[in-house]
Amino acid sequence: MAPGGAPSWSFGPSDSERIEEILSNLLYESNARCALLVDRTGQLVTTVGEQLNFDSAAFASLTAADFSANDQLASLIGEDEFDSLFHQGRNESMYLADVGKRLILVVLFSQQTTLGLVRIKIKDAVIGLSKAFEDVFGRAQEEEGPVLERGFVDEAEDEIDRLFRE
Amino acid sequence: MSMINYASREINCKIVYYGPGLGGKTTNLEYIYQKVKPNTRGKLISLATETERTLFFDFLPVDLGTIRGFKTRFHLYTVPGQVYYNASRKLILKGVDGVVFVGDSQVERLDANIEAMHNLYENLAEYGYDLRQIPFVIQYNKRDLPNVSPVEELDQHLNPDRVPSYEGVATTGVGVFDTLKAVAKLVIKSLG
Repeated sequence: MAPGGAPSWSFGPSDSERIEEILSNLLYESNARCALLVDRTGQLVTTVGEQLNFDSAAFASLTAADFSANDQLASLIGEDEFDSLFHQGRNESMYLADVGKRLILVVLFSQQTTLGLVRIKIKDAVIGLSKAFEDVFGRAQEEEGPVLERGFVDEAEDEIDRLFRE
Repeated sequence: MSMINYASREINCKIVYYGPGLGGKTTNLEYIYQKVKPNTRGKLISLATETERTLFFDFLPVDLGTIRGFKTRFHLYTVPGQVYYNASRKLILKGVDGVVFVGDSQVERLDANIEAMHNLYENLAEYGYDLRQIPFVIQYNKRDLPNVSPVEELDQHLNPDRVPSYEGVATTGVGVFDTLKAVAKLVIKSLG
């Protein structure tokens, strides 16, 4: 990305394994159904657990918007932030937690577990994830990520012409 | 902030449609939603008021397919144009990779266009972004109406850096894909 714009970031297979292990442990220990990591711009980073039967791209964009709107509400009442949010449904509930101000951890859970247990286990997971992403973002500042294959831009432009037409 | 996930081999890019209220931002997205192949796009999410004014944003993911091993997607967002909603408008700009300014060509909306453009610069600056460094195109919408300003005049007020600009009639689709193609290509070039 050009200077002055938003920075890009990237992570590879070893980052991914480390992150998924933390999320898998969280699900095992909390008995929750599914965990998603979403970045603050609304993009889904990864999911672990039960297969989602909803539109995950829409879910991620709404999650980021939800968190951002609540950050603003926090500042209006004199708080720096709300570092976690809880939405309770009749059968399904979700708990959202900030990870290093860059990502949001979302855990979906049913009545098979309790809010208290989920909350405790999420705290541990957030510590592990924060450390993992400190490494990812630290590296992003130090060095360029792997370069996209040559020809990517040309091929993508052809695809754009093909897709975006009447 | 385009996210390149080398583990799942995905690239997601965020494009935001910005501009004054009732300028046609949502109409652009609705037209794209109707015209692209259903298997290449997700749901169009609209957080709107009961009178169909955008309250928070519209969101449409469009899938470009797998390019050189990377699943490549554009996430298209609109912002609420009404001045009143600046707090939520600013949130949507977070991590933006490309911007489309949808201007309203009607003579009486010139001031609203100028105000929206200033607001865009200001909101980006608060995130430390400089619009001159970000892929950016302009669409002058509503060219079918009788009382429109000449494009030269609009350029003079809204486009001092002469970024690519397109005439549009979003309700019938004129200029909608030209605009989208232009910004999408600029975003892709910025990755390469």
